[in-house]
Amino acid sequence: MDRGSRTGAPRPLTLAPADREPAERRRARRRRARGEQATAWAFITPSVLVILGLSVVPVVWSLLLSFRADDLVTPGRWVGLDNYRALSKDPGFRKAVENTVTYAGLYVPLSLAGGLALALALNRRIRFVGIYRTLVFIPFVVSAAAQGVLFSFIFDPQFGAANSILHKLGVSPQGFLTDPGQSLYVLLAISLWSGIGFCVVVFLAALQDVPTELVESARLDGANRAQVLRYVTLPTLAPVTAFLVLWQLITALQVFDLVYVTTKGGPLESTTVIVYFVWEQAFRTFTAGYGAAAAYVLAVALLLAGTAVTLYRRHRERTTGAAPGLPRVEGVAR
Amino acid sequence: MTASTMVTEGAAPAAAPATRTTRRRRLPFSPWHLLLAPLSLCFALPLVWLVLSSFMTNAEINRFPPALWPKGIDFGGYRYVLGNAMFPRWFANSCIVSTVAVGSNLVLGALGGYAFARMRFRGSRALLALMLATMVIPFQLTMIPTFLVMKWLGLIDTLGALIVPSLVTPFAVFLFRQFFLGLPREMEEAAWIDGCSRLRVLFSIVAPLARPALATVAVLTFLATWNDLSWPLIAINHDTQYTLQLGLTTFQGQHHTQWAAVMAGNVITVLPVLLAFLFAQRTFIQSLTSSGLKG
Repeated sequence: MDRGSRTGAPRPLTLAPADREPAERRRARRRRARGEQATAWAFITPSVLVILGLSVVPVVWSLLLSFRADDLVTPGRWVGLDNYRALSKDPGFRKAVENTVTYAGLYVPLSLAGGLALALALNRRIRFVGIYRTLVFIPFVVSAAAQGVLFSFIFDPQFGAANSILHKLGVSPQGFLTDPGQSLYVLLAISLWSGIGFCVVVFLAALQDVPTELVESARLDGANRAQVLRYVTLPTLAPVTAFLVLWQLITALQVFDLVYVTTKGGPLESTTVIVYFVWEQAFRTFTAGYGAAAAYVLAVALLLAGTAVTLYRRHRERTTGAAPGLPRVEGVAR
Repeated sequence: MTASTMVTEGAAPAAAPATRTTRRRRLPFSPWHLLLAPLSLCFALPLVWLVLSSFMTNAEINRFPPALWPKGIDFGGYRYVLGNAMFPRWFANSCIVSTVAVGSNLVLGALGGYAFARMRFRGSRALLALMLATMVIPFQLTMIPTFLVMKWLGLIDTLGALIVPSLVTPFAVFLFRQFFLGLPREMEEAAWIDGCSRLRVLFSIVAPLARPALATVAVLTFLATWNDLSWPLIAINHDTQYTLQLGLTTFQGQHHTQWAAVMAGNVITVLPVLLAFLFAQRTFIQSLTSSGLKG
């Protein structure tokens, strides 16, 4: 009966005061329910402490921090909206926003289109297709740090394989990550190399669910392969595509590790993205309040983007009457 | 999806049957191989190059144009990395952090998920909604205060600072909850009536049935903690407490020209994840797709 005390649970604060119901049975049930409450709280307390303590508390703290001038060491002072005002005039922040938007604006459509094309090509029963799928997916499990180190080597202007191959093809050596005009696009290529695999497996999983009867009947009705793709396959992929758009967008807007390892935001701020900007402000120049304000700007942008995608999806659903049972977006934001 | 897929997209529908038969006769294999083999090689090549260069000598790498293929297998890079650098220490750190994170996500996630799935307590709905909401909070919003919390706990520059934030994720709790909701209640209720505590029911009856959920949480937690760079970068300053990702990054910065050693370190960093992936490929892919598609 006393399950709560056995697991050493603290008495929950929401517990009702002991009631004076006369019915013995009723009291027993209550006691049992109370034991249940205590056990439940014992089960969830660790999770609640870690999750809420290290997310809800920091979110509020960040907001407060963004109104302060704070170096994380000495006590800061309240500056109101000054940080946000300064951000709006900061050319470094503007550059970071521009870079992030360019990067995300290319990464999301390219990874989705590439992922879809590859998934369609890989969605057939031929020999070795398992190996092909494995090879396409494998870069996804490689950490951003390892990718960064590997590609700084491959794209090293002097010792790298990329210039070596270009040399053999008779092309003059390129600067790659050291060239302000190329660096962001080289980073984009690296992220696509590792990120497409995720789109491929998600699309492949969704393609398994395309009803074969639907495809066959469309074929019998005289639709050619392009028409089947356009009117049968792609509409069934719509929910999964919406999920991927959101997921890839979140990933792209939060890119940091790869930038830190390869270019550290350079050359000439050509690869300074927003998260890198936030990190630099908070942990390099010790203007944490300013960094927090920049983080909030990005968070609001993410929220707006997420809402826009969701609203658009709802709108499309209503107008086209797409199938119900849409996947919910979930997962760790990190 | 077998014979009909042999026609390429561009083929005119009317001429399709004829070309199909001729093409089949000409090629002993599906023409898709001609597209897929080189494409998938493009994805594999950088990793092949990673392994190859880790066995090269610095002399081979440092000439222009650099060699694309090593003359012989040279272990100089590995010897340097394992002997002179702190890679073994960083490897151990990464193992400790990942193991603790995986274990605690399994235990705490299952406990929390079970409570949300099977037990009635006041505020459970609101709490679940709040937990779910935290999943979309971007990391950069929480990183500065999390650093301050860890500093207040005195954990900065220890592995504890890496472990505590990843003890349990809302994702693990939610995934277990969803899985438990799909299990039949009858067995648990029988055990409960027989006097088993909730805890025993969970560990001896529910957990063995929850193997797919356990595998998913384990895989995704391992991948996230092993591969993380940004949080260790913030929380750790002293090189004895580095994880492999942070160690590799710093090592590369300090040994700019010793590419063979850097690549050897890189292989050591990537290998555990690659091996885990190759051995449990199905679980990996199911985990990753189900994490996004089911809900």
